[in-house]
Amino acid sequence: MRSMLREGFLELDVNGEHRKVVARPADTLLHVLRERLGLTGAKPSCKNGDCGACTVLVDGWPIKSCLMLAVEAEGHLITTVEGLKNTPIQKSFVDNFAFQCGYCTSGFLMNCHALAQIHPQASYATMREWLQSNLCRCTSYEEITQAMENVLLKT
Amino acid sequence: MNTVGIGISIPKKESNDKVTGRAKYNTDHIRPELLHAWMVTSIYAHARIKSIDLAKAYKITGVRAIVTGDSCPILCGPAIEDWSPLARGKVRYFGEPIAVVVGDSEAIAKEAAGLVQVEYEPLPVVNSPAQAFQADSPKVHEDLAIYEIVQAGTIFPQPGTNILQHVKVKKGDLQKGWQESEVVVEASYSLPQANHIAMEPRNARAEIKPDGQVIIDSSTQGPFNIQKFISKYFKLDNSKVTVRAPLVGGGFGGKTTVHVEFIAYLASRAVGGRPVKLVESREQDMTSSPCMLGLQASIKLGAAKDGTLKAGEFTLITDVGAYCDSGSEMARGMAADCSGPYRLDNLHCDAYSVYTNHTFVTAFRSFSRLSSTFALERTMDKLAFALGMDPLELRKKNALRPGDTSPTMVRLNKNNFGNLEACLEKLKTLINWDEGVRVELGNGKVRAKGAACLWKTSSSSPNAHSSAIIIINDDGTLNLSVGAVEIGPGSKTCLAQILAEKLRMDVNKIHVIMEVDTSASPHHWKTVASMTNYMVGNAVLEAARDFIRQLKTIGGIVLKCPAEMLEVGSGRVYLREDPEIFVDIKEIGSGYQYPEGNAIGGQIIGRGNFIMPHLLPMDPSTGRGRLGPAWAVGAQAVEVEFNQRDFSYKIVRAATVMDAGKVLNPKGARGVVMGGMSMGLGYGSREAAKYSTGGQRENPQLRTYHLLRLGENPQYLVEFVETPDINGPYGMRGIAEHGIIGIPAALANALSAAAQADLDCPPLTPQAIWQACKGAGK
Repeated sequence: MRSMLREGFLELDVNGEHRKVVARPADTLLHVLRERLGLTGAKPSCKNGDCGACTVLVDGWPIKSCLMLAVEAEGHLITTVEGLKNTPIQKSFVDNFAFQCGYCTSGFLMNCHALAQIHPQASYATMREWLQSNLCRCTSYEEITQAMENVLLKT
Repeated sequence: MNTVGIGISIPKKESNDKVTGRAKYNTDHIRPELLHAWMVTSIYAHARIKSIDLAKAYKITGVRAIVTGDSCPILCGPAIEDWSPLARGKVRYFGEPIAVVVGDSEAIAKEAAGLVQVEYEPLPVVNSPAQAFQADSPKVHEDLAIYEIVQAGTIFPQPGTNILQHVKVKKGDLQKGWQESEVVVEASYSLPQANHIAMEPRNARAEIKPDGQVIIDSSTQGPFNIQKFISKYFKLDNSKVTVRAPLVGGGFGGKTTVHVEFIAYLASRAVGGRPVKLVESREQDMTSSPCMLGLQASIKLGAAKDGTLKAGEFTLITDVGAYCDSGSEMARGMAADCSGPYRLDNLHCDAYSVYTNHTFVTAFRSFSRLSSTFALERTMDKLAFALGMDPLELRKKNALRPGDTSPTMVRLNKNNFGNLEACLEKLKTLINWDEGVRVELGNGKVRAKGAACLWKTSSSSPNAHSSAIIIINDDGTLNLSVGAVEIGPGSKTCLAQILAEKLRMDVNKIHVIMEVDTSASPHHWKTVASMTNYMVGNAVLEAARDFIRQLKTIGGIVLKCPAEMLEVGSGRVYLREDPEIFVDIKEIGSGYQYPEGNAIGGQIIGRGNFIMPHLLPMDPSTGRGRLGPAWAVGAQAVEVEFNQRDFSYKIVRAATVMDAGKVLNPKGARGVVMGGMSMGLGYGSREAAKYSTGGQRENPQLRTYHLLRLGENPQYLVEFVETPDINGPYGMRGIAEHGIIGIPAALANALSAAAQADLDCPPLTPQAIWQACKGAGK
């Protein structure tokens, strides 16, 4: 049984690399990714699960890393935006001007990428349901929708 | 020639960093030596601070310092000095910072902050602008009479009251105007405060070096502004303060002011200058740092039977919360543009800012012009209804034209105003206006359209200025350095496009330095007011001219001819009469070496600056004056599908036609306009700061304060008119904020038509519409 108070070692699989980190049991995955591993692509914004700026993939599924404890991530495969390499959604975001300030972008990209992997032929309704978990304050969402649609396979 | 410059939709220069997580925002600098700060904030909206007990908090291991207002006896503020970075004596709004705890980690600082014991004596609160006006209302500031006024002649507080500002604009003969009016409408409006919600919460780091140099790293729109105010209030030479601003995660005006930077500085000072990082939680960002103003407005308009406006009377009372910041300035801006882009020869406007026990306010996208525009454009629709006239027709009939004057008597011409009529014409087609304002669809559903016009000039300091530096690299590419911060709209990319166009070279060969560092970057006033491309763009053009001049001088020596015979383009200096006789700029950019080995010249550095001429403060009794160089105008419409049974609605389409002067980056411009529209729809339909009867904020998080989400967005229709402004780079006008301005009004006009009720108080939730309809007996 892990002590809930003391810092201890965690072993995380992040972006295909096995990483050993020191963390408190109360530390969120977001905190450990950023502060311990320097993976600052995942962004803190509401830290309450409302905005999705901190979204990462856990075993391929989008998870708000502000709502997950780092200890819960042990034994799972974590992908952050730094782990996306030349994926279609990244290019599509650039081509479609799907960001302005870019602060929500990592979270949106992770969500969009997971959707494209899990539901490559997602309907508009499915896409809407998935992407409603993220907030963007700069764009009108039209650009993000377009970027996503361009990556999904046409049915 | 492969020239890539303006008018082309090139993606933002920092695009690749932003889609790979490599873009660094201010909080992304993770360093082991950083200490972390957490603010203790007020749980009351108005209370005397009886005591602050730090003993328990200091017992937490890892707490390095706790700072309270007593260790910082200063009052500050850009217009009037009414604000202490940490409250002293009393708190005036819920969320007001009282103390800051510095600890080894954020968790430690936060835990200790929770143990700071503040004893309060609650005071009666001022909870609305109307209440603020009452003679027997509690006073938010008892010391208003002795506060230092920074901007004399621009702010007129009334000691003994809660009135902080009273701006008067008078034009023509109002009595004559009423006599000529055959139809008169009058209405009142109430608009709540709201939040900016930049996705990156406000944050800053501060450090004081052993030689006294203060380093502030901030997520800010105004690094030079921070430098100015930190040095002013902590009595430091301006050059002893360095402010750095990396990429900023959204601003919308909320990051123009100096707030957390003061507190971070105090925190660092308390730990011997060690670097301290202060990041606001979302809740603090929404309650402690400044928000968007609220407005209570009464407008009376008179017109002849044919719709010609004859008279207008405006009372605009802005709820600026507990401290002034730029609240008094926004009241001025609203007053100066009170008529909207309509010809109104007889008018009176009284614009006030009043203190309340709400969160204080600062600039909000459009300098809060969306609020006054809401009131005016709702009144225009009521007037159209009273006249039995088409609302768009009424607007077109009264549209300002070159030769008319603004409320503050600025003579309009096609440069400083543009072409509103063309915008209205285009809008009419774009939104299929002629198919009818209100169409019954059956099943209790109705489709309705509403329109609004917009105009806005900046409220710039008459001496606001910008500079630019161009440096050539050995490979012939250029580095462009400016003092504008990249907050999202792609200004840096647009500036590179302006430079590319002027030098007639590929924009990909121009690197833009993203970070601003006040000790290394040329100056820029603030990244605000849609003025970046205009002001900095002009500085870039001046720098480009200087750069070209130097290239030609050395080019003339190499090519053995007078400089006047040369041109610059495609990375070459060439003979105008025969471009095949040329020298590559990389051969001469860092000195030219003759074949024999000896060399002349040196690195070419282009420099330019810009200051806006002819700005004049407003006359206190008439308002005459000129706040900004030019307006951008536009027309907007919203179409809704409204369910008469349950008062729910869907926003189907939203349209904007803007006179952009010249569109520098079409996709970028469209995106910025749509972003503004999206924000306007959010404010019109759901966003509001809710306060309890005790003035406590009830919805300070994104779970209870709702923003538009993906899929709730309507179809956007955006088009541009291009009437060049001769003073704007390549004719451009500043439009970055403007997409928001008319949208809440257009939405309310559409919904009012749909529900056949006067919907005058956003946000227009189904419940609010139901209540308005019930009130109207429907």
